[in-house]
Amino acid sequence: MPNQTQSYNQPLTFAIPSTEMAVRNGLAAAIASLKLLNLPAEEYGTIELVLAEVMNNIVEHAYADTQDGVIELSIQPKERGLYCTFHDTGHPMPDGAVPLGNLSSPSCEIDDLPEGGFGWFLIRDLARDLEYIRENGTNILTFRIAVMLPKQTLS
Amino acid sequence: MQLETTTRNDALVVTALMPRIDAAIAIQFKDGMRDACDGGPARVVLDLGSVDFIDSSGLGAIVATMKLLAPDQKLELATLSDTVDKVFRLTRMDSVFAIHLTADAAFSDAAKAS
Repeated sequence: MPNQTQSYNQPLTFAIPSTEMAVRNGLAAAIASLKLLNLPAEEYGTIELVLAEVMNNIVEHAYADTQDGVIELSIQPKERGLYCTFHDTGHPMPDGAVPLGNLSSPSCEIDDLPEGGFGWFLIRDLARDLEYIRENGTNILTFRIAVMLPKQTLS
Repeated sequence: MQLETTTRNDALVVTALMPRIDAAIAIQFKDGMRDACDGGPARVVLDLGSVDFIDSSGLGAIVATMKLLAPDQKLELATLSDTVDKVFRLTRMDSVFAIHLTADAAFSDAAKAS
């Protein structure tokens, strides 16, 4: 086991093409790598959801007009959780900021229920320390997923 | 689209056989559900027992399906995994659907209610 865990001294990095199927494969690869952390099963569901929502947004919005974009993902496990960084060279966020992702009330008529807009709400709900900057034509999004990591995993 | 349909007690049970309902298949899922339910009974139970993961696009597709079916048909859900259940709870969409522990429970619940 010690040999396996040493790799977490370096961040896990992934380069994922900007298509929905590639995102699906990239998520599977990221989750498989993180399985070595032996986190509780439900944490993997949360991690996969946050990463999926961020990458879906990059594919649908930042790289809206191309399938040739690349999403770079880096994950550094630390004591306070998984420090995640996304880079993409697509369109900037609208107004240069992360969307608010407010949830509309579900207590409306069926016809008026929202079919979208859940993504940023989920990211903001499940991720901590969310920050976005645009630098030299690159979107950089950073956040932490607050999972508890066993101490020996990080030593 | 991996959707299996059976009729049970005047209801349509649609079993989703795919492991994920995500952005890659959200549109096909919605279309598949519309075709599966077209002209069917008023009560539709979607069994998600094989689905391990759903993202906001998949959630949106299920909400869209319910809107497509209304007002003549009503969509209920059964057998949500912990991760799938979490997405419904966080977005408060769990208050929009009747959610049953299992497809069987969808019918015993109904028996108790009547």
